[in-house]
Amino acid sequence: MATTVAAPARVFGSGIKRREDPRLLTGTARYTADFTLPGQLYAAIVRSPHGHARIGKIDTAAAKMAPGVAAVFTAADTEGVLHPIPCAWLVPNSNLKTAPYPPLAKTVVRYVGDAVAVVVAESAQQASDAVELIDVEYEPLPVTIDPEQAVRPDAPQLHAEAPGNLAFHWTVAGGDVDAAFSKADVVVRDRIIQQRLIPNAMEPRGALAHYLPATGELTLWNTTQNPHIVRFIVSLVCGIPEDRLRVIAPEVGGGFGSKIPQIQGDFITVFCSMKLGRPVKWIESRSENYQSTTHGRDHVQDVEMAATKDGRILGLRCTVWAGMGAYLSTAAPGIPTILHGLMLSGPYQLGAVKEDVYGVYTNTTPVEAYRGAGRPEATFMLERVIDQLADELKMDPAELRRKNLIPPFDDGHDVVTGLKYDSGNYPAALDKVLTHVNYAGLRAEQAELRKKGRYIGIGVGLYVEICGLGPSQVAGAVGFQGGLWESAIVRFHPSGKAHVFIGSSPHGQGEETTFAQIVADELGVSVGDVKVVHGDTETTPMGWGTYGSRTTAVSGAALAVAARKIKEKAKLLTSHLLEAAVEDIDYADGKFFVRGFPEKHKTIQDIALMANVAWNMPQGMEPGLEATTFYDPPNFVFPFGAHVAIVEIDSETGHVQLKRYVAVDDCGHQINPMIVEGQVHGGVVQGIGQALWEHGVYAANGQLLTGSLNDYAIPRADLLPEIEVLSTVTPSPHHPLGVKGIGEAGTIVSTCTVYNAVLDALKPFGVKSIHMPLTPERVFNAMAASSAAGTRGADPAGPGTGA
Amino acid sequence: MALSVSITVNGRRFDRDIEPRLLLVHFLRDTLGLTGTKIGCDTSQCGSCQVLLDGVTVKSCTCLAAQADGSSVTTIEGVAPDGKLDGIQQAFWEKHGLQCGFCTPGMIFAARALLATNSNPSAEQIRHALEGNMCRCTGYQNIVRSVQAAAAAGGR
Repeated sequence: MATTVAAPARVFGSGIKRREDPRLLTGTARYTADFTLPGQLYAAIVRSPHGHARIGKIDTAAAKMAPGVAAVFTAADTEGVLHPIPCAWLVPNSNLKTAPYPPLAKTVVRYVGDAVAVVVAESAQQASDAVELIDVEYEPLPVTIDPEQAVRPDAPQLHAEAPGNLAFHWTVAGGDVDAAFSKADVVVRDRIIQQRLIPNAMEPRGALAHYLPATGELTLWNTTQNPHIVRFIVSLVCGIPEDRLRVIAPEVGGGFGSKIPQIQGDFITVFCSMKLGRPVKWIESRSENYQSTTHGRDHVQDVEMAATKDGRILGLRCTVWAGMGAYLSTAAPGIPTILHGLMLSGPYQLGAVKEDVYGVYTNTTPVEAYRGAGRPEATFMLERVIDQLADELKMDPAELRRKNLIPPFDDGHDVVTGLKYDSGNYPAALDKVLTHVNYAGLRAEQAELRKKGRYIGIGVGLYVEICGLGPSQVAGAVGFQGGLWESAIVRFHPSGKAHVFIGSSPHGQGEETTFAQIVADELGVSVGDVKVVHGDTETTPMGWGTYGSRTTAVSGAALAVAARKIKEKAKLLTSHLLEAAVEDIDYADGKFFVRGFPEKHKTIQDIALMANVAWNMPQGMEPGLEATTFYDPPNFVFPFGAHVAIVEIDSETGHVQLKRYVAVDDCGHQINPMIVEGQVHGGVVQGIGQALWEHGVYAANGQLLTGSLNDYAIPRADLLPEIEVLSTVTPSPHHPLGVKGIGEAGTIVSTCTVYNAVLDALKPFGVKSIHMPLTPERVFNAMAASSAAGTRGADPAGPGTGA
Repeated sequence: MALSVSITVNGRRFDRDIEPRLLLVHFLRDTLGLTGTKIGCDTSQCGSCQVLLDGVTVKSCTCLAAQADGSSVTTIEGVAPDGKLDGIQQAFWEKHGLQCGFCTPGMIFAARALLATNSNPSAEQIRHALEGNMCRCTGYQNIVRSVQAAAAAGGR
């Protein structure tokens, strides 16, 4: 894919450099931790060292006397001021049991890292020092950390409000799944552990709160993906009216879902500033981040697939125990349900689906959205059992997939879970990736290498993603406690330069550039003349935030519509100024002209000046050149793709070498292919991380064993191959620009693609399943166990033949 | 107990009384207000805090400010003080070698250290040189391309 295009004819679709980069490259960009206000204090939080314990006496006397300490607060101080942290996705028909989540634990701590007290001091070091002086008595309680075990009758109970630790039980069903299984020739099954992941945005979370006692106003700088939601929730929890709250998401260093929810530290920081009337900053350390910022995944999945002997998939039936952590985080219940269960049929013609999802409280850090959020877990189940089915039927896994794909459609396709996909051409994506890798040749090479005792594996993964969340009416129907529309303002200044204000809040995805490209494309201004403003509730219109691959899909649509309103006004003003009928005014390449007389024209800059000075406006036309749009999408968008991974296993050590990774993704029209490609790279690598390395591990006693970046393996440059990125283009029929989202696509499919490749390589050993991550130890042990069970060599091309 | 240090940062000398335990990264960020240097971890894994200390790339979270007494430090603010990007920064811009930008200052110094000793590194050598720098956004691929482009353009 070209990243430099010579003299592009059209700026939309061109891989131009990003407008946001110079400040980021020179160290002049400001993230939350980089702000310091006059009189600022620093907060450090005392956190529970226990997974579950009753809080006894808290002795803060020594800390209060420590140098520089301004105050120490515990839950008792917050009585009547702070309210519990609300869960904002109350999935209906699921018997949802929320339990109050106090910003500071009152009587019981329920996970390692649960906040117990806060020290505020003149310096960060003094605050940290004083934390060590606080003595908290704990009476340890029994702990449960595994979502499947936590629902057993003998498991320790976390909340009186949720008997059996059951936060919810949600079911999705479509078609007659029992009939599908009863008439099946073959049924394959697997148990899949979607291990707990720790998001690791490179910027840890933090907040800087500045309360003005005289006015009751508070400004909050916050590491967030959704400042307008922060304003709403901080208002609810801290009791500050929304009109007196300003939330600023300055530069934000990645999020991946972990900066959607409001966490304890945010409210504690606000509280400290309210109490002390001074600015207070709290920035978590990375190790603190591992405990206090949300985690992802943590599913135990039992899945079975029914099919005919000629490879027609009839049905999918699954049970999922989804670990929620100790409390329901902001969006958590929607992730293993709406964003997961509704996607179970993927790109396939699948007539019957049933899934039971049990959301379970455990003594662990709350689980939230993590890149892909529910969709990787669904895609994995489906793609894994399809490979199992291919194995069972002795069919090629790519051919089995092709046989079951939904045929191409360009304007709506109803699937069994009740969704209507917008557009798709799944066979084209599959064909493209298979052709690119020379799939038949690879299979032949694999067979040859096996004879020599070398084990390469070829993994195929397909996906459809639901994103561009979403129609607000649907959001309400599925229990999301907010809307999911977006807004945009386009404002032209007299000189013809423009500002764009958006309610969503990009944090690395490049919308300051791609959104300028949208305006440039619609109105013929230079990209460099359009400044995109986001991340400040005081200056931007309402928006619901950047997550779920929705900013380009929803906010971008709002912007396109706003730009087209500008165009309509410009046509009216042109017709007035040129004394021509508005029906005779055409637009092309930044010029509004009288049809047939292109020399009689006004540029958008001419119109911007004339509209702003307003010396000669048509009767009834308001001055100014500005448009606002609130855009509520008519449907979600459904990007899709087909990926292939090629691995080689070292049979002596179990080491997995990822040799090649090819992605074909379809996100409709691409505004900036360079940025699309970058999103695919990053997404794919995060999914590879889950397959091969990443694992958030709790000990049975509730201790977080992977408590720092020393213990948790995020992907490194030297472990990865070049990702080959290709695309197909199937525009969304309902989107004004025909675009879909691309932020999460790579993560949704790469985990299962790499996993399938590893298990494909291990076929000669008879290995059917290994829990992730596929570390050398696990792979080696799986090979050894299969060999011990006598399955080794069962395959005629297996080890021992020609090795 | 305060300790007097004299550290030259981006060509300017700073004489300060500091706590002996103060890390160089906190000296740069908190004492001098040079916040371009980032803190991404507390175990010296991530590399976001990399700077040049007497011409050598160091993780400024692993170095006491006291150890830098009498030394010369270059931070990201000192790379393009007039706003004119150097060759590595320019290459990162052109090759989309950054997304959220948080790891970028460290990556630029890692790239500089590599190119100082190897003017034409292979992709594999670049990936090896970036082992100590973590990025969660880019999957590293465009960072590798950026370093290659910077090398092709003659380094910094």
